[in-house]
Amino acid sequence: MAQLTQRAATFQRTLSAAAFSVSSTRCLNTASTSPITVETSLPFTGHKIDPPSRSVETTPQELLSFFRDMALMRRMEIAADSLYKAKLIRGFCHLYDGQEAVAVGMEAAITKKDCIITAYRDHCIFLGRGGTLLEAFAELMGRKDGCSKGKGGSMHFYKKEGGFYGGHGIVGAQVPLGCGLAFAQKYSKDENVTFAMYGDGAANQGQLFEALNMAALWDLPAILVCENNHYGMGTAEWRAAKSPAYYKRGDYVPGLKVDGMDALAVKQACKFAKEYALKNGPIILEMDTYRYHGHSMSDPGSTYRTRDEISGIRQERDPIERIRKLILSHDLATEKELKDTEKEVRKEVDEAIAQAKESPLPDPSELFTNVYVKGLGVEAFGADRKELRAVLP
Amino acid sequence: MSSSLRRIGRFSAISSSINGKGGRCLGGLSTANEELKSGQESGGTKPINLFSAVNQALHIALDTDPRAYVFGEDVGFGGVFRCTTGLADRFGKRRVFNTPLCEQGIVGFAIGLAAMGNRAIAEIQFADYIFPAFDQIVNEAAKFRYRSGNQFNCGGLTIRAPYGAVGHGGHYHSQSPEAFFCHVPGIKVVIPRSPQQAKGLLLSSIRDPNPVVFFEPKWLYRLAVEEVPEKDYMLPLSEAEVIREGSDITLVGWGAQLSIMEQACVEAEKDGISCELIDLKTLIPWDKETVEASVNKTGRLLVSHEAPVTSGFGAEIAASIVERCFLRLEAPVSRVCGLDTPFPLVFEPFYLPTKNKILDAIKSTVNY
Repeated sequence: MAQLTQRAATFQRTLSAAAFSVSSTRCLNTASTSPITVETSLPFTGHKIDPPSRSVETTPQELLSFFRDMALMRRMEIAADSLYKAKLIRGFCHLYDGQEAVAVGMEAAITKKDCIITAYRDHCIFLGRGGTLLEAFAELMGRKDGCSKGKGGSMHFYKKEGGFYGGHGIVGAQVPLGCGLAFAQKYSKDENVTFAMYGDGAANQGQLFEALNMAALWDLPAILVCENNHYGMGTAEWRAAKSPAYYKRGDYVPGLKVDGMDALAVKQACKFAKEYALKNGPIILEMDTYRYHGHSMSDPGSTYRTRDEISGIRQERDPIERIRKLILSHDLATEKELKDTEKEVRKEVDEAIAQAKESPLPDPSELFTNVYVKGLGVEAFGADRKELRAVLP
Repeated sequence: MSSSLRRIGRFSAISSSINGKGGRCLGGLSTANEELKSGQESGGTKPINLFSAVNQALHIALDTDPRAYVFGEDVGFGGVFRCTTGLADRFGKRRVFNTPLCEQGIVGFAIGLAAMGNRAIAEIQFADYIFPAFDQIVNEAAKFRYRSGNQFNCGGLTIRAPYGAVGHGGHYHSQSPEAFFCHVPGIKVVIPRSPQQAKGLLLSSIRDPNPVVFFEPKWLYRLAVEEVPEKDYMLPLSEAEVIREGSDITLVGWGAQLSIMEQACVEAEKDGISCELIDLKTLIPWDKETVEASVNKTGRLLVSHEAPVTSGFGAEIAASIVERCFLRLEAPVSRVCGLDTPFPLVFEPFYLPTKNKILDAIKSTVNY
C-alpha cells in the first residue's frame, strides 16, 4: 500500500493504479465517471436476432481500467512465455495474448454471480474473475500457492468465489457442463447466466451441438461464446469448418458476431446477451479475435500463417492499442501516463513471479489427495487401498 | 418412446418371455447384511424384481433430497426398462426429464449440475452407449476434484447404465464395459447382484460424495425377484460380501454372473468340492482384504465376468491376489470370462462364461 501512495503522487490526472489485482480501486477525479459514448469499430452482425446498437456507453474510469487490465494480462502471458522457455513452467501452456479484449469486455458486462467456464486457454479469464497474479504464476509453476494448489497447472485454473468454473482440458467438453450450470441457475431462479466459452476448433465438436440443443430446448440462460481466433491449433478455420460463420452455427439459436478485438463491442454484446438469455434462452456470441502466440508452447505459430498476417493484426486491430487511442483521443491520460501504467504492470508481474518462485511445491502426499473424499474412498493410497505408501523421492 | 423402442428393439419381448418362464429366483443369494436383516424382521419387505428395486431407490433419493434430479433418454416416460416409472408424475418434470439422444452431452450436463451441489442421477440407456460419454466421465468427472485442488467436484453425480448379456441382445445391447472405468481413479464402479443389493447400493452410490458409475444387470431386471425392505437403507460401498462359505476354492464375481457362479458352486458340491463365493459389489476401490483372506483360506482363486478376458477386471484381481497370496496359492488363478471377441449375436451361448465352463475350471483348479 505504500506503493500506492507513492504512485498516486506521481499521477496528477485520472490515471492512478493500485497494485496486485486486476479490478483494483483507483483514485479518480469526478470527471472520470461521466459517461462517454463510443462507436464500436464494426457493426454487429445478427443471426435470427436484431443486433444491439453500435453506440457503447463507457466512462474514462472504465477505459483506463480496460487499458490497465489488458496490459496486465498481456504482460502476464509474455512473462509466462519466458518462464516456459526457462523451463520453470512445464507441461502444456496456452497463451491468451491478443484475445484480452474478450476477457475484460465480458467482465465489464456481467457480475461475479454469473458463471464462466472455458477451455484450457484460461489464464486471463482467471485474472478477470478476480484471480491474483501470484495464484496464476504459482499454478503455472506447479506451486502450493497456485489457484488449484499447484495440482492443475496452466490448463486448470479455477476461482470458485469468482464464479469461474475453470479451465477444462478437453476441447469442447466444458460446454455441456456450462449448460448444467445454467440449468442450476435457472432452477434456483437467481437471474444469473453462464458464459460457456470455446474456440473455433471446438465449434466442430459434436457435444457442442448436444449442449446447444439441450440449452435451447429448456431455455437455459447459457451464452455460448465462440472465441474465434481463426486457428484450431494449427488448422485455419476454413480448413476445419464447412461454415466458419460460427454465430450462425446454432441454426435455431440466435447468434451475434462481435469484433472480439474491441473491448467495448464485447461489453455491449455480453450485456445484450445476458439480458436476452435471461428472457429467452441461449444465444451464441462469436468473438472475432486473434492469438499472437501459437496454439501452445510447442507451436511457434508461424508455420500455418504468415508473419505479415500477425503484424498486420497487431498494427490494425490490437485490443490494447485501440483502447490506448481512445484514451488519448478523449484526452483522458497522456501517452507518458499510459507508458507508466505499463511499467507498473510489468513490475507487478515481476514481483508476483518472484513470490511464486518462493512458493514451495505441493506436499508429496498431495499426489494422492482429492482422488476421493477423505474417509470415503482412498486418500493417501491411490486406487490400491491401504497398499501404497506415499513416500516420494 | 418410439425412438427408444427402435433402439431397444426386441427387448421388451425378451424380458417378458423370460419373466413368463418364472425366472430364476435369486433368493438363495441373500445377504448377511445387518441392515437388511433388520428390515426383513420388521416385516416391511415385499418381493419385487430388480427394476422395481431401482425404481424404489430413485423414489427415495428424490424424496429425501430436494436437490436430486433424474434424467436421461426417455426417463420421463419410465425408461425402456421401467426403472423410472412414476418419478416424473410424483416429482415433476423439472426434476425428472428426458434428454436428447446425446450421451456425451448428458454426462457433461450432469457434471455441471452436480458441480453446483446437486445430486445428478443420469441414466445412460445402455452401458454400450456410455462410450460417447467416456471422455466426460474419465477426463471431466473423475479428475474434477483433483485438478481443481478440491475447489470443485461432481460428487453428486451417479451414472446408471444397464449392462451385460440379456439372451440375444447382440453386439450393442450386451456389453460389460466395467473394466474401462476401473482404470480411472476418481470414480467408483458399483454393480449389484440382486434387487435387495440394487436398492441399497444405488442409494449409497447416489449419496456417496464421489462420482459413481452404477451398472445394473439388465438380465435380472425382471428375472430376479427377492424380498426387499421398503424402507430407506444403504449398503456400504467398497465392501465385498462372502455369500457362500467354502474351503476348497474362492470364486469372485459381480452382478448377474454371481447367479451363474452359484449354480456352478452347487454342482461342484455334488462332487465334494466346497466353494467360497464372493460378491465384489464395488469394483473400484475394491475390497482386496476380503478376497485375500478368503484365498489365504482356500488356496485357490477363480474369477468370472462377462466382459472379454483380456484386460478384464479379473486380470487385476488375479494380479493383486498373486502378489498378496503367492505362497498360499495351490494353483494358477483361473479366469472364466467372455471371449476376446465382440459380443456376438448368435454365438452368445459360446461367448458367455456359463455354469459348465465355470464348473470345469473349478475342477481343474482344484485338481491342479
